[in-house]
Amino acid sequence: MSSLSNQVREILAQGQWLKRDLETLRDDADLYDAGLSSHDSVNLMLALEEAFDVEFPDALLKRRTFESIQAISSALSQLKIDAPVP
Amino acid sequence: MQATETMAGPEHYLSELVRAGLLIPVGVDGLYGRSGDFEDVIEAFNNVITRLGRDDGAEVMRFPPGLNRLHFEQSEYLKSFPQLAGTVHSFMGGECEHHELLRQLAEGEDWTGEQKPTDIVITPAACYPIYPVLAARGALPSGGKLVDVYSYCFRHEPSKDPARMQLFRMREHVRIGSPEEVVAFRETWLERGRMLATELGVPFEVDVANDPFFGRAGRMLAANQRDQNLKFELLIPITSKERPTACMSFNYHQDHFGEIWHMQTAAGTVAHTACVGFGMERVALALFRHHGFDLKAWPESVRKLLWG
Repeated sequence: MSSLSNQVREILAQGQWLKRDLETLRDDADLYDAGLSSHDSVNLMLALEEAFDVEFPDALLKRRTFESIQAISSALSQLKIDAPVP
Repeated sequence: MQATETMAGPEHYLSELVRAGLLIPVGVDGLYGRSGDFEDVIEAFNNVITRLGRDDGAEVMRFPPGLNRLHFEQSEYLKSFPQLAGTVHSFMGGECEHHELLRQLAEGEDWTGEQKPTDIVITPAACYPIYPVLAARGALPSGGKLVDVYSYCFRHEPSKDPARMQLFRMREHVRIGSPEEVVAFRETWLERGRMLATELGVPFEVDVANDPFFGRAGRMLAANQRDQNLKFELLIPITSKERPTACMSFNYHQDHFGEIWHMQTAAGTVAHTACVGFGMERVALALFRHHGFDLKAWPESVRKLLWG
């Protein structure tokens, strides 16, 4: 498990949006199936932006970007996240 | 049909409507009086919708265009559309404040300082009052529920486009039930909407759409809505061929309202909701645009559909 995906898990845990246990949730599991609503995904996006000090460009502001821990990590990598979460 | 070939833009159509006496300007963009002919068309179209849904068993509910402010706050409308909301404020001061109010008015100063929010918000969409009302009744009956609503609605978006009024009427049928029930309802009305537009003799298309969600979060909500095909609109060119106007919309809210108000199906699951909405003024404006301002000169088939 990459450290990036661990950091994403931490943010998901803080948000308490999911109805499933994060411990048993795979990186490629569908977060919407796990209880993430459309409004939750907005809050998740904002929380990620704050934690990683990035801004998702409009092209990434879509459902698929936030559909799994893997997808989020990959989007964050695209945004060239180097520094660990402060 | 000549009008469709040379569409003259929103401001030009507005001035034509005003000159013909169909709309009565009062000095605020998007706020108009309506003539007898205009109302005749609205009423006739409203009756057509009633006839179309007659055998569906909807419960009719009519509310004045005001929403309990608490219900409005719970609805999460402010999360998505803060820019469109209209709240009702009133003077709540005493003698002193009244004197000050009159002085401010007389001297042309801002007089709104003592205006405080009342418990009423102007209805933003006809269906908003019904969800808390239904939720308070307890779990839905088996087979879910169908409600027929009709109300003036307010959206703060001043515009010279007569098809974008600030105060307009919306007729809706709202289905509350299992996901399968509400999706099937939406399919039925999509089909009825196409049939209706065809019979009304207007050009139209049906397309995936999104609501005008606010800000960056809104861009994401809009993309989500489109990705999931949650909103379809039936569009008719009124002031532009390239950008036709949404005259009917077919919306699947998933469990958004069910979760907020804890609406439950008879089986104990969270209720899903969907609605079909008719923009009454927009449909009338589309008919005037495509059939002309003289009702007696409208195609016989259209007159028959509307007035029998």
